[in-house]
Amino acid sequence: MNQTTAAVSVRNVTKRFGSVLANDKVCLDVYRGEILALLGENGSGKTTLMNMLSGIYYPDEGEIFIDGKPVTITSPKESFRLGIGMIHQHFKLVDVFTAAENIVLGLKEKLDMKAAISKIEKICADYGFEVDPRQKVYDMSVSQKQTIEIIKVLYRGADILILDEPTAVLTPQETDKLFAILSNMRDAGKAIIIITHKMHEVQAISDRVAVLRKGQYIGDVRTATATAQELTDMMVGHSVSLNIERSEPVNPRPRIEVKNLTVRNEEGAIKLDNVSFTANSGEILGIAGIAGSGQKELLEAIAGLQPVEPGSSIAYIEDDGTPDELVGKDPLAIQDMGVSLSFVPEDRLGMGLVGNMDLSDNMMLRTFRKGGVFFTDRKRPRKIAENVVKELEVSTPSLSTPVRRLSGGNVQKVLVGREITSAPKVLLTAYAVRGLDINSSYTIYNLINDQKKRGVAVVYVGEDLDVLIELCDWILVLCGGKVSGIVSGRGADKQEIGLMMTRIGGLTPEQAADILKNETAATEAGGAENE
Amino acid sequence: MSEKKREPLFHISKRGETPWYFAWIVRIVAIILALLVCSVISVVMTEKNPFEIYNYMYKGAFGRADKTLVTFRDVAMLLCISLAVTPAFKMKFWNIGGEGQALMGCLASAACMILLKDTLPSWLLIVVMLISSIVAGAIWGGIPALFKAKWNTNETLFTLMMNYVATQLVAFFCIMWESPKGSGKIPVINQRTRIGWLPELFGEKYVFGILVVLVICILMYFYLNYSKHGYEISVVGESQRTAQYVGIKVEKVIIRTMLLSGAVCGIAGFLLVSGNDHTLTTTLVDGRGFTAVMVSWLAKFNPFFMILTSLLLVFLTRGASEISKKMQLNEAFPEILTGIILFFIIGCEFFIAYKINFRKRTVKEETLNA
Repeated sequence: MNQTTAAVSVRNVTKRFGSVLANDKVCLDVYRGEILALLGENGSGKTTLMNMLSGIYYPDEGEIFIDGKPVTITSPKESFRLGIGMIHQHFKLVDVFTAAENIVLGLKEKLDMKAAISKIEKICADYGFEVDPRQKVYDMSVSQKQTIEIIKVLYRGADILILDEPTAVLTPQETDKLFAILSNMRDAGKAIIIITHKMHEVQAISDRVAVLRKGQYIGDVRTATATAQELTDMMVGHSVSLNIERSEPVNPRPRIEVKNLTVRNEEGAIKLDNVSFTANSGEILGIAGIAGSGQKELLEAIAGLQPVEPGSSIAYIEDDGTPDELVGKDPLAIQDMGVSLSFVPEDRLGMGLVGNMDLSDNMMLRTFRKGGVFFTDRKRPRKIAENVVKELEVSTPSLSTPVRRLSGGNVQKVLVGREITSAPKVLLTAYAVRGLDINSSYTIYNLINDQKKRGVAVVYVGEDLDVLIELCDWILVLCGGKVSGIVSGRGADKQEIGLMMTRIGGLTPEQAADILKNETAATEAGGAENE
Repeated sequence: MSEKKREPLFHISKRGETPWYFAWIVRIVAIILALLVCSVISVVMTEKNPFEIYNYMYKGAFGRADKTLVTFRDVAMLLCISLAVTPAFKMKFWNIGGEGQALMGCLASAACMILLKDTLPSWLLIVVMLISSIVAGAIWGGIPALFKAKWNTNETLFTLMMNYVATQLVAFFCIMWESPKGSGKIPVINQRTRIGWLPELFGEKYVFGILVVLVICILMYFYLNYSKHGYEISVVGESQRTAQYVGIKVEKVIIRTMLLSGAVCGIAGFLLVSGNDHTLTTTLVDGRGFTAVMVSWLAKFNPFFMILTSLLLVFLTRGASEISKKMQLNEAFPEILTGIILFFIIGCEFFIAYKINFRKRTVKEETLNA
């Protein structure tokens, strides 16, 4: 393949943000007809590099060649003209428009919906997308929305595609479908770059892997010749262990008892439907489900942030067995009851922390009411911040750095660090490792495991089924706000959980095989996602 | 390689950490540049010596002891209202109703003076005036906050509209208490007895008021930066979700903060009536409620920087009016100069946060030819 000209060729590109060197003389080649996985920890400069290709940033130094010709990409428009299409992690779709309307949105050509729809249908047929161009976006599942984003760039004639962590929001079945489509596109001669953290996906889909570390290009290898361990070592720079240890629960007893929990959102739609379960101390209860199946509402209801319907009950069981009702109490009231409940929310900077405040001010969030009448105590939070930085190895320029300047992994360490400082009895975590690199992810798993050993009842909402199966003692599967089933983490089957995520109760393997043939049905059941 | 490389002439990138003095160097350079541009425009448009213009400008603000005192009095009034709106702004509650809240304070003070006449000793009347002004201002600030907290109304529109309601109320009472009949004006109240007038300090008017505002400034600094309330305000301003997550009652903080904001505006109104003008007109606050927005933002909500920014704005206004008086220039001309200076001062904040990278022509062409 090397004798042909690279579709995209990046040469010695450097990009600085202030004093931070985000990309340091990076070189990268992508050829037509291949899928290149771009691997690297958080802050290694993957997204920066891709943003320069898609015209969002402009490189400080270096050159970019498309098909051997030097180009200057000054704007996203220019990037499109050169045939580069980027599918971002966050979709940019208008909810009230149909798929087809979203796809043609912003194009200068004369608006002819009929022609557009037939062109979209042709693209779908070519690559194997299953999309109804007339369907409104608000009726779509996350995976369908992502499909629209991909069709959007194909429709504009892109033949170099960049996908930024496309599988983060998908079920295993949806991921398989996406990968099938990517393979079709590769066979059609497109150049594809995929950013991902998940090693098994790299191995499943890519032909070649390029690794970035701390802004520098480390090298590339053919996927077929590399093992997951080798790739991880390349990415991190030293050897890391890829095992999560799961200790046997010690003396588990009921800690949180949820009964008939029903929650409606502001529009009155049911988000949780008659959910009942028990979380034990000294155990990790995993919550699996397609994004938006009620995970957020479940955790927020326990934390006292979500109004619940009458008849719901959430009881905190004290050590001596007395239950305390948490329904109808706000976080402050729960704290005043002496219930030590910690919550690591999904939206770290928008809910768990204040991005513009520094580390020690963020430590104060939970405790600022203590001590003194009028003025806040600034010394203790600073001590806590020092401890968290030291014990969790947070890399930060100083304690007075606003947390939004830290990388994703370090932000999460600060948040988890603060939440476990109070020695909680219950720890709720939502997508605790989303967007984190391997190293930070394993740090978080270890922290969660430590809490479990301390006897904390941990509720772990996750999206990576492999991790849920490895880490959790029990896995509760949510499907459209209902409990689809609870399975033991030991010996759980990924495919089975995947099916339970899309169908209440899951299916027997025989039924599953039938359903997989008839995929449309499964996708529709998963379309309960509602933003 | 004959194809010309189309690198943009410049691109903008964010600056990282800069030393603390960097920002001040940029600001000083901006002021020097502003003065240079003003000079060129003055010479071209009026054919007058720019240094003469600057001289008058300075003299207008600090020319004589009495002028200096009036300058500081105006700084104090502007500062007071700026301090008042700052807690709301820190909470991202866009209170542009400082004008109305202060005017309600004026109305309350004047009403006390007119209605109570000489039934109370002066010191007691002053206390009554102060309290009623605080209450009036707080009510005027509290109403939009209540609606915001309960029904999520738009506070920008609401506080703005409250200004007009306040103006009309004052207009109504001006007619009611006019003297002589038919004049539509309230004369200086208690001219002879000076009851309800702030006492002179060190033999000078206004000094009392200036000191009061200085104390408020210091208190506000500690309130915003070191108190639990101040911390709650910052959290609510940055993220209401975070505030709820840690159990801060957002509605309560919004209402409490706006009551405070309105109350300090009320104090400003009290100082205007009791310390400065001893009368009531619809234009008593004189747009300070709006200028305060700029003062507060320019100082990045730091009460001590607000002393500087309000001084700058008052200096420019007083200097400008002196120029037009002394140099027989149209009033619009000094306003142009003020505009230019403000443009540079506000604009230089961009260069503090961002830098512009120009194309490195020579190097690039060499590599291309090679």
